[in-house]
Amino acid sequence: MKRFFDTELENFRSHLLQMGERAMEQVRLAMRALGESDIALADKVIAADDELDQLEILIDDEAIRYMTLRGPVASDLRLIVVGMKASHDLERVGDEATGIARRSRKLAIEPRLELYADLPRMATIALEMLRDALDCFVQEDEQRALSVIRRDAEVDNLNRILYRRLTSFMIEKPETISRALELMFISKSIERIADHATNIAEEMIYLAKGKDVRHSDEIKQEGKNG
Amino acid sequence: MATPTQLGIPPAGHAWRQAKSRLMVALMLLSSLVVMAPLFLVLYFLIREGAGAIDWNFFTQLPKPTGESGGGMANALVGSLTLLAMAAVIGVPLGVLGGIYLAEFGSDGMNRWIRFAADVLNGIPSIVWGMVVYLLLVVPFKTFSAYAGGAALGIMMIPLVMRTTEEMLLLVPQGYREAALALGIARWKIILVIVVRAAMKGIITGVLVALARVAGETAPLLFTALGNSFWNHNLAEPIAAVPLQIFTYAISPYDDWHRQAWAGALVLLGMILLLNVSVRFISRDRSAR
Amino acid sequence: MLDPSNRPPTFAVSVPAAAAAPAAPAPVAFDIRNFCLWYGASQALREVSIQIPSTRVTAIIGPSGCGKSTFLRALNRMHELTPGVRIAGDLRLYGEDLYSPSIDATLVRRRVGMVFQKSNPFPTMSIAENVLCGLRLNGVRDQQLLRDRLEQSLRMAALWDEVKDHLYRPGTSLSGGQQQRLCIARAIAVRPEVLLLDEPCSALDPIATAKVEELIHELKKEYTIVIVTHNMQQAARVSDRTAFFYMGQLVEYAETRTIFMNPANPQTEAYVSGRFG
Repeated sequence: MKRFFDTELENFRSHLLQMGERAMEQVRLAMRALGESDIALADKVIAADDELDQLEILIDDEAIRYMTLRGPVASDLRLIVVGMKASHDLERVGDEATGIARRSRKLAIEPRLELYADLPRMATIALEMLRDALDCFVQEDEQRALSVIRRDAEVDNLNRILYRRLTSFMIEKPETISRALELMFISKSIERIADHATNIAEEMIYLAKGKDVRHSDEIKQEGKNG
Repeated sequence: MATPTQLGIPPAGHAWRQAKSRLMVALMLLSSLVVMAPLFLVLYFLIREGAGAIDWNFFTQLPKPTGESGGGMANALVGSLTLLAMAAVIGVPLGVLGGIYLAEFGSDGMNRWIRFAADVLNGIPSIVWGMVVYLLLVVPFKTFSAYAGGAALGIMMIPLVMRTTEEMLLLVPQGYREAALALGIARWKIILVIVVRAAMKGIITGVLVALARVAGETAPLLFTALGNSFWNHNLAEPIAAVPLQIFTYAISPYDDWHRQAWAGALVLLGMILLLNVSVRFISRDRSAR
Repeated sequence: MLDPSNRPPTFAVSVPAAAAAPAAPAPVAFDIRNFCLWYGASQALREVSIQIPSTRVTAIIGPSGCGKSTFLRALNRMHELTPGVRIAGDLRLYGEDLYSPSIDATLVRRRVGMVFQKSNPFPTMSIAENVLCGLRLNGVRDQQLLRDRLEQSLRMAALWDEVKDHLYRPGTSLSGGQQQRLCIARAIAVRPEVLLLDEPCSALDPIATAKVEELIHELKKEYTIVIVTHNMQQAARVSDRTAFFYMGQLVEYAETRTIFMNPANPQTEAYVSGRFG
């Protein structure tokens, strides 16, 4: 039976999805700004972070209001709780994207390092993870969410490899240290974005099944081996 | 499960307790039979003595002159019905309206006195009523009349109808009155259309019970209606009634009249039985759920 | 779980306006100042001052004996049935003093209708007769009007589809939830301006309760609704403003979300969080 306050829950979901799209867009644009050394684009990304913050506030406010006035239980309650947590993760993703944009600005005015090549690949995987995690929100696909959790290991791996390469690069050519450091931070940001995507995927499993799979080693082990 | 010793009951004597229980049940059954016995006795005697005299003549003919056999109680039957109708005309409106007042209006103090008065009046011997009405309606007009008889029976009905109406109205849940009030309906309409209608079955029952009671009254009719061997053509003149006729026949020395008295009694019982069955029928539980 | 339907994620570029703009303030229906009520020597309502808005739902909550039902009944002069009741103070509906001696209580009750805790369709009447009772007994004879009003009221009470084929069955043949909706249809058939609901769902199961709540949500577009409820979740769900009564006094009165999310008075907080007493 449809209730008159069901629209509030629908609005909540659509705001979450909206925030997800915006966060992914921010990451994409930040990576493009990095790849094309586009300062104007980087500035746009930095300015747009405010919208993500506002969305987080809105989503939290809606969640508290719904919990107080409608007394949700079961899957409605899980949706609200997961939504609040996911919005936090997405806001952090936005912050990371902003950080990438800031560093791109700095790098744009200097000559390129050949090591840029690996970063887009990491970013692509991270973005795919985000996309999959957010899609689970609509489709409640536990397997897909689990695959996100497993891919996190891959991104961690790429991050470690890049660190080693950058480190040896910096030792060989000390004049590239400042640029290399920026790249290391960017790599770290992408690794964190993947972590946030993993968190969201874990939350989606909780939403779909009521199962809390956080901090569960066996899933991550499977990822390392698989 | 607690054993009898744990509960403080002596363990032995279980058989004695069962026997005691059966004895009690038997005693109660016996009491019920004793109570019902008079009813069966009455029915038995009435039927044995009176059934033989009931025939078409009984219902259609006037009493024959003293000494002659045959004849019937036609005028008494019609007379009784006439008197009951007049009693109803007096007793029902006044009784029902009085009951409405008691249930819906009035202050607590005043109503207590009215109820007390009604209960006392219900207990007054019917012959006293007869004497009162004699003084009021027979002496001034210098004639016994059907009016006086009807009035006597009617006045007897009033307190009874009033009390039963009140009881039935009080049984109507307050919720209906409140709901009607909340619709902005005037108070008197609420009472008439909603409350009284809801209690209608009970009120009718009360009226029928009161009618059944006065139908068999003889004493008040002795000095009011007086009785009549012929048809009554004017309500300001004496009228026959079944109980009166039974009385007259019963104290006479004629066997034929004795038989007719029994028959009259049987018919009277039949009338009252009919009224009671109607009461049962009206107040039957019709809830189909 | 909501059907994760084929809603595509929206690609809006700008952030939606934060929380729907608050509805334009509604005109005041009841303006009550320093209202007191005594049952004989004991005072049941103390200096209650409150303004109840029109076309909104106002909930009255509070522990047993706090005076909420007493207050509700004062709004349509139902206390006249009880002997020994005395009132003081000002109670106005759209500016008119409802307790002024020149005003007939019956007329007040036509403007302010009431639905009770225990549903009470008149037992001797059919469904149609029940709904039209208020109109007929107030002298309305126009058959067309009556027929239209019957259908309108039953539709508004979300009962029309369920009973339209047996309008002449007794009112008591319906289920509990249906009977209560019948009582609501009966109350709105006389087109009052205000609808008072005294714990209307406390005798109903959750599904019937949900239907009545949906009904209230629809009705508030046209009626001013005041609902007394001891179910706080219900007050939170259906009402726009909530008043908390305790021991005959109005302790706090504010927007519902404020009362439940951030009440100003510690007694209110204790009550809504179930820690009262």
